[in-house]
Amino acid sequence: MDWLDQQQQNFDSLQNFGPRLWDGFLLTVQLTLVGAAMAFVIAVILGLMAGSPNLWLRGPARIIIEFFRGTSLLVQLFWVYYVLPLFGLTLESAFTVGVIALGVNYGAYGAEAVRASLTSVASGQWEATVALSMSWTHKIRRVIFPQAWALMIPSLANLLVHLMKGSAIVYIVGLNDFNFELDQFRRVTSAWFSYAFVGLIGYFAFALVLTQGMRLLEVRAKHRLGQGLSLREILSPAPKVPTSGVQPGGAS
Amino acid sequence: MIPLVPFTADPVPEPTGNVWNWDFAIEIFPDILRAFLEVTLLVTVVGTVIAALLGLVIAILLRVLPRPFAFVLRWAANFIRMTPLVVQLLVLYYGFTWMDPLTIGFIVFGIHYATYMSEVYRAGIDSVPKGQWEATKALSMSAGRTWRRVVIPQALRSTIPSLGNYAISMFKDTPFLFVISVAEMVRVAQTIGAQTFRYTEAITIAGLIFLAASYPTALLINRLEKRLAYAN
Repeated sequence: MDWLDQQQQNFDSLQNFGPRLWDGFLLTVQLTLVGAAMAFVIAVILGLMAGSPNLWLRGPARIIIEFFRGTSLLVQLFWVYYVLPLFGLTLESAFTVGVIALGVNYGAYGAEAVRASLTSVASGQWEATVALSMSWTHKIRRVIFPQAWALMIPSLANLLVHLMKGSAIVYIVGLNDFNFELDQFRRVTSAWFSYAFVGLIGYFAFALVLTQGMRLLEVRAKHRLGQGLSLREILSPAPKVPTSGVQPGGAS
Repeated sequence: MIPLVPFTADPVPEPTGNVWNWDFAIEIFPDILRAFLEVTLLVTVVGTVIAALLGLVIAILLRVLPRPFAFVLRWAANFIRMTPLVVQLLVLYYGFTWMDPLTIGFIVFGIHYATYMSEVYRAGIDSVPKGQWEATKALSMSAGRTWRRVVIPQALRSTIPSLGNYAISMFKDTPFLFVISVAEMVRVAQTIGAQTFRYTEAITIAGLIFLAASYPTALLINRLEKRLAYAN
């Protein structure tokens, strides 16, 4: 009976604390999506540079990629937080600090996925663009990237989940994200109820939404290349099962 | 050993001309290196051993358990894999207050990465040719003997590079132990910064030690991967 009373109390606190937790959750969602957008831009730029035959582009890209992949996320977070201000670059909000750290760290990982998928585009496609004397932007935009995009989505989906999980550390520089609010909630309930019951399930639900979203993107990208069903066919009442490389577990 | 101060988000330092001081960097280097050797490496090694063994157990269980149990186990593994390590550390830290934070680190890193490694083993087990399974049946080998003598030895060979890559990932995740106040390298570096108001040297040294340890290992694993691919 004691335990049940405790749970009753916990759920009551959950109702009172709910709006704060929800705000924190939304901040985590924002942090993840904005961080992922930044990571994606960095990944595409560095990935294109790293896949280039020109040493002056490839060399710097490789150094940047290996540097950000080799040092740890928390080190980069502290670096942005403590060291960048010394160079006169003061970031006014913890949100910006978090977005930059997540963006450069996972952007470097993403660059490897972009580079690998660019090299997996059939060499005949590259040769054809040369034969048609397409400009660089034209060939990347219209021929190579759409094909590489379909190939890179599964790895990017994994990285997106990693980024989401990594965002839980950003509270350390003073961001009131989901993890921070969970800590506050723990003080009025218990670690198990707050972190395990509310927190892990909240993060898990978000991760599932992210992976399913990436799956839909992959279906669309493949359909545009003439492979597989369209999104409309899949989302129709009698769906056929799509073939997707995105695993529900987010494992590579 | 430098005493730990409780972490609070410190005020952002003012810009000064004096960004890097070599004398100070040399003075604090031994403390940071010691934290690396005594805590960071220890957690990585113990965590990897637990993850490698537990991952294999999970991969085998997923194959041999009856469907409903395998389904539950698969989603439990997905759940652990898709939720933040930081939150998992905090659950055990505040949930089992009697437990030593370092032990919590071993357990959480071991289990979290076991769910990743089980996927690697699964792929390895799947890559064992069907004929091998049929042959063990034809020779009427017991299930245990089939796994021990035929399947696992063949499955393991191709998994080593991927397991190594996950070990490196784990290594780079060890700073998350910061949140449960284990004196690992980044925590020590941050503490030095908080006490002296000089963060640049300490945090940069920590980053460079990570780079110096992980990059050569990654290159080595890459070469091993190519060799194994060539051997096949």
